[in-house]
Amino acid sequence: MNPTLALALLFGQLSLLAFGGANSILPDLQRQVVGQGWMGAHEFAALFALAQAAPGPNMMVVSLIGWRVAGLTGALVSTVAIAGPTSVLTYLTAGAWFRLRDRPWRKAIQAGLLPVTIGLVMASAALITVSTTIHWQAGAITAAVALLVYFTRYHPLLILAGAAALGALGFAG
Amino acid sequence: MSDKPRPNPTVAEIFLGFFTIGVCGFGGVLPWARRTILETRRWLTPQEFTELLGFCQFMPGGNIMNVAVALGSRFRGVPGAVAALVGLMAAPVTIVILLGAVYDEYKDVPQVKHAFEALAAAGAGMLIATSIKIAAPLKGRWLAIAMTAITFAAIAVLRLPLVVTMPAMAAASTLVLWRFAR
Repeated sequence: MNPTLALALLFGQLSLLAFGGANSILPDLQRQVVGQGWMGAHEFAALFALAQAAPGPNMMVVSLIGWRVAGLTGALVSTVAIAGPTSVLTYLTAGAWFRLRDRPWRKAIQAGLLPVTIGLVMASAALITVSTTIHWQAGAITAAVALLVYFTRYHPLLILAGAAALGALGFAG
Repeated sequence: MSDKPRPNPTVAEIFLGFFTIGVCGFGGVLPWARRTILETRRWLTPQEFTELLGFCQFMPGGNIMNVAVALGSRFRGVPGAVAALVGLMAAPVTIVILLGAVYDEYKDVPQVKHAFEALAAAGAGMLIATSIKIAAPLKGRWLAIAMTAITFAAIAVLRLPLVVTMPAMAAASTLVLWRFAR
């Protein structure tokens, strides 16, 4: 299949499943992207990290993968495909949601989705960690960053830059 | 306070507002969205913003993208929604592609390769911290924790596709928690 078309289908399909944003679709994304032979699992993880270093919504990994696979067209098509379906849904339901805000079933669905979203993000974290831990130094960086982000209020960009500098200086080689 | 007129931004103002949010949002857009929408532009009250965010987190997709669509369309219909979304995405997409180009150009230089290995490991660490932070509301709620564990196992251990896991678990979790955990 034409890669641009394949990207459109992949992200169009994942769009409405992305509860909690890109973090919950990473396992499926990784499987599809690696399975198509577009890149290896480790390069996927590197692109994910690179997207974290960019500003904007946490969907940037999608644009980056699109660009990597099919250039500028791929980036634009992927971005539109991931944003389109959910945007239409949001556009159509926003009004109704605020009218129905006190209905019990609405609260029940909201309460039910929360643990599922958390489970999806945890699964993403586990699978990404498996593909980035290529030596013990990488594992140590992952653990250190997790602790820093959880317990301190350092700017995420500062933490990412620090990790990249450690790597460049040969810590993770 | 209460006698100020309802905000009525133009399509161009909506675009610019969300462009600011997109370009500034290094390391998380939410603080910038709050600042722009509440403090700089005064488009919403804090209460309205919290309700809108609750809705946008509930819907699939990037929550800030949903905020853009919902707010843009509230003020200016479809053109407002498109302006907000394009404004939000324009700078980040450009920047991420530039970062990608740098990666592509230099990824075979050993230092750069090692920097990216470390960056990828750091990205994984950030995701771990995020997943622990968002799990805070589960504390002491054993049924909800069980739903999280089953979802985790389905995706990370059994490697089931999301298109099966997400709807099945959403339905199961909603029913179980509604029936047994109220």
